[in-house]
Amino acid sequence: MSGHGPPPVPTGERRADGGPPPGRRAGRPDGPRRTRAGRPAAGVLKEIDPTKAVYVALAATLLGGWLLVAIDGGDFLTTETIVGIQQRSAALGIVAVGQTLAILAGSLDLSVAYLISLSSLVAAEVMAGRDGAILPAVGAVLAVSALVGLVNGTLITRLRVHAFIATLGTALILRGVIDHFYDGPAGSVPVSFQSLGYDRIGPVPVAALLWAAVAVAAWVLLRRTRTGHRIYAVGGDPEVARLSGVRTGRVVVLTHVLCSVCAGIAGLLLAARLGAGAPTVGTDGGYDLESIAAVVLGGTALAGGRGGVAGTVGGVLLLAVLDSVFNQLEVNSFFKDVVRGVVIVAAVAVYALRGRKRRAA
Amino acid sequence: MTLLSMRGIGKSFLGVPVLSGIDLDATAGEVHAVVGENGAGKSTLMKILAGVHVPDRGTIEIDGAPVAFGHPLDAQRAGVAIIYQEFNLLPERTVADNVFLGREPRRRGLVDRAAMEEETRRLLGELGESSFGPRDLVRRLSVAQRQVVEIAKALSIDARIIVMDEPTASLAEHEVELLYALVGRLRRRGMAVLYISHRLREVFDLAQRVTVLKDGARVTTVPTAEVGPAELVRLMVGRELHDYFPPRAAPGDIGEVKLSVRGGGNRKLRDIDLELRAGEITGLAGLQGSGRTELAKALFGAEPFTVGSMTPYRPRSVRQGVAAGIGLVTEDRKGEGLALRQSVRDNALLVTRSRARRGHGAGVKSLLEEVRLSPADPEREVRYLSGGNQQKVVLAKWMTVAPAVLLLDEPTRGVDVGAKAAIHDLIRRLAKDGMSILMISSELPELIGMSDRVLVMRDGRIAGALPGGSSEEAIMSVAAGQGAPA
Amino acid sequence: MKRTIPILVVLAALLAAMAVVNPFFLEPAGFLAFVKRAAPLVILAAGQYFVIVSGEFDLSVGSLVTVEVVVAARLIDGQESATWWVLLLLVAIGALVGLVNGLVTTLLSVPSFITTLGMLLILSGAVFLWTGGAPRGALSQAFRVFGRGDLGPVPWSVVILVVVAAAAVLLMRADFGKRLMATGDNDRAAALSGVRVARTRILAFVLSGLAAAVAGILLGGFAGVSAQVGQGLEFSAITAVVLGGVVLGGGRGSVVAAMAGAFSLEALFALLNLYGISGPLEYTVQGVIIIAAVAAGAAQFPSRLRAST
Repeated sequence: MSGHGPPPVPTGERRADGGPPPGRRAGRPDGPRRTRAGRPAAGVLKEIDPTKAVYVALAATLLGGWLLVAIDGGDFLTTETIVGIQQRSAALGIVAVGQTLAILAGSLDLSVAYLISLSSLVAAEVMAGRDGAILPAVGAVLAVSALVGLVNGTLITRLRVHAFIATLGTALILRGVIDHFYDGPAGSVPVSFQSLGYDRIGPVPVAALLWAAVAVAAWVLLRRTRTGHRIYAVGGDPEVARLSGVRTGRVVVLTHVLCSVCAGIAGLLLAARLGAGAPTVGTDGGYDLESIAAVVLGGTALAGGRGGVAGTVGGVLLLAVLDSVFNQLEVNSFFKDVVRGVVIVAAVAVYALRGRKRRAA
Repeated sequence: MTLLSMRGIGKSFLGVPVLSGIDLDATAGEVHAVVGENGAGKSTLMKILAGVHVPDRGTIEIDGAPVAFGHPLDAQRAGVAIIYQEFNLLPERTVADNVFLGREPRRRGLVDRAAMEEETRRLLGELGESSFGPRDLVRRLSVAQRQVVEIAKALSIDARIIVMDEPTASLAEHEVELLYALVGRLRRRGMAVLYISHRLREVFDLAQRVTVLKDGARVTTVPTAEVGPAELVRLMVGRELHDYFPPRAAPGDIGEVKLSVRGGGNRKLRDIDLELRAGEITGLAGLQGSGRTELAKALFGAEPFTVGSMTPYRPRSVRQGVAAGIGLVTEDRKGEGLALRQSVRDNALLVTRSRARRGHGAGVKSLLEEVRLSPADPEREVRYLSGGNQQKVVLAKWMTVAPAVLLLDEPTRGVDVGAKAAIHDLIRRLAKDGMSILMISSELPELIGMSDRVLVMRDGRIAGALPGGSSEEAIMSVAAGQGAPA
Repeated sequence: MKRTIPILVVLAALLAAMAVVNPFFLEPAGFLAFVKRAAPLVILAAGQYFVIVSGEFDLSVGSLVTVEVVVAARLIDGQESATWWVLLLLVAIGALVGLVNGLVTTLLSVPSFITTLGMLLILSGAVFLWTGGAPRGALSQAFRVFGRGDLGPVPWSVVILVVVAAAAVLLMRADFGKRLMATGDNDRAAALSGVRVARTRILAFVLSGLAAAVAGILLGGFAGVSAQVGQGLEFSAITAVVLGGVVLGGGRGSVVAAMAGAFSLEALFALLNLYGISGPLEYTVQGVIIIAAVAAGAAQFPSRLRAST
């Protein structure tokens, strides 16, 4: 903030004006995005770690839900509800893990909902009820989704299309293709594959295990690989990353490929659940905006570079528990949307307070 | 033994040549200073060495082998590290994460955090740093500590050539001493250090040879033992340096008190007593971090005083400051002064438009002529203007509301010589017309040349007031407080 | 102004192509019918423009349009006498939603993407909670006249569009517009010049809410009452604005270009219909064109928000 001006020399200068400015982001990563000139920050909140905050909120919601349901005369923490929560969250959870990667790298993906629908259709069409076609179908889904991610990433990095527009455009393209060829459920998934959607080991559904596996893989990627560190760097400050020798374009493309693959996996899971491919399964679930909401709820900064998978898992679970409480209380489903909206905005407002406090320090 | 050899380096941006035919070499164990005026091309040359820019012409050899850098990664692999004046660290990541960004040590394919932290600890120890550790988040570190992280990063890639771009620009005095010691260590390790600075004392303290650049070309390379400071300045500027400043105010020109503060203080300032008078230019000197910018922002209302009295008004917000007739030209012209993609006219009128008054617009053209904007085209987007012209637009922006008090924070930073003189003239004219001016500058000759009196800040307070025309030594001794600043 | 030219050229080409395929388009009635159809999106685009140019997003406009229509139908319930106070109420709802979006975004520092996403959920949930799941009631004749009636030879919606467009252009020429541009370009510099940055942004959200209210009134009359009436309109509006060369991130682009972008989008749909490409593939073509348009723009003016390669 202060004058980092150099003391006395005849020709004072800070930087040669020779080259073009290095094209940094408008704000420094730790700088305030929004100006509050003239307003002394008066944060009394202790510094909140959003990842911990979301689990505290999750615990509080569980407790509150248990109380409410108990007062209502029900039993909240039954095996049934626990399984239900896991079932409900698995598909969204997998997508949200992928979305976390894209957002951490400073991007975002609005095309996941249609990609999920497309993946469910590809899976069910290739399988066509045959056990032997399961592997080729999975392969086809992964290939298609990786390709979509590659397109998204390339549009953003090579053609420099804003991620919002690029993935929205891809979403529209996918929508057109899906709606053109399908107007209802298609294909069929063999019973053996449906077990992915319905079987469980003790109280743990296979779907939840799949989600856990995806989340752990992403966690390892982010925490324990060079690529993961690069993702944080690119999202934190692309210019710093570049000057540190990171090929930022590749990193962004990779996160989009992984994000899309996660959407593909979610599509497989939903196909297993439905027994067929469905052209609206992705959009009906609102997976695009909801996955972004879950990521942000988990404390990952929408601008990138800060946050992680653990928070996202908490965010998804929080949404699922809320859902479950409402179901048990038989609250109108539209009321759930209202509460969800309020919870998401309120959570981010609390995290933003933390940021403001820190800037003031 | 010649470690680095750059021959005939040329580079143009958008058709404008920035560098032509530059030769530069460095041997192992040498500190080689690169000096030159603003726009001489030092930073561009170093960015070419770091792989940020690709040269249009010329060759680079390291250890006698030709290299071509298309990406900073290539330069890193060849053993070149660069420490920028604006730090390239991720504030949300740990020290170890930053030191090994993109090159994390691995074991069985996974990042070996233990080894990474151990190695970081070792590097920090080697640099004599124990005030922070590998797991600390960078955003919690001071500026000097961040610089140590940058150097540790350079050591970790086994760099043999280290470029330091104005490394002391944001360091306190005692931190500079530590940096000297660090540079000595690097040298003894057989590294070549390219040291960019305009602080001639450092050049003579540290470097064995110095290369002078001017207007994108190399003037000469000489051993520092064979050249004196005055000679070096002459080589940089291309002429004997005797600055012209407009004459100071006569006693009769200085009028009533426009602004006075008693016991002003806030989180970063204390015990501020100060009076600003009509017709007077008050210079504000002080080292980095002494609170100069904070004082200007407090007077303006952007970071208001929390204690003390201020008359006739005590602005608690920018709007109150503006309404009270106070203007602030910030030191960060692009970040805080201008909306770069808007036209000259829209920028010049921004302050008037932020208030509910009407009747502006007619005078923009004449205002632009008054500040000598050339060409005086009000429809041009500000980002296409030179630094000097941009600063004139910022000044014009405040002149539209004719503030009683104008606070200028580094008004000629990044401005070329010609525009500098025009801005100096303009500032004096404004004072003559009765404006009260507070001017912050890190260039003491400028501050001395322009000011009717000089206030010196240290540790958030005004440590002394000196008359106009005081010597650099007098100002520096107050600024440094005789001993090392706390 | 020179950045407005590309989209105007595109629009002119699309209109010319329409005239070639369908000469009826050259007659006043044919042309006015097109403008009438396009009016709601153009108005939404103008509202979205204010928000985007200030550096934010408004994702809530689609659900706000639905809310407006559903609320109008339920409250009017076929009674002519209720028309006028309901109209007033609709405008107030639009302004209020914008105000809340703006307050949460600026005062609580919530990214507008999240604020307005939350608002989207809240609005769509709340309206169906209130109506019990399906839109009920009916609009009055007097209400529907705005969407489908005529004022002499000119449709009412065209008249309203002209008024809104003129107001938008005047606003951008006024001090408010300049402050808005400066805020979107560099909010620190704007604040240090005395601009009330937060208030300026809040006003932009309010304008977007008002635009959604007007668009809802027109669409209710034009398309009738349904729960899907506003679906996806937020993305169409953002697309239209971006198609007009307005850059996400703020500080650049003109409102005329944004509205021209909306017209172009509608012309494109109409043209696709004329060529027999109707239904789903429209989306595909739309997607390709948006990406291509923005990529072409990015090639000329590198965006500061992109991830550098």
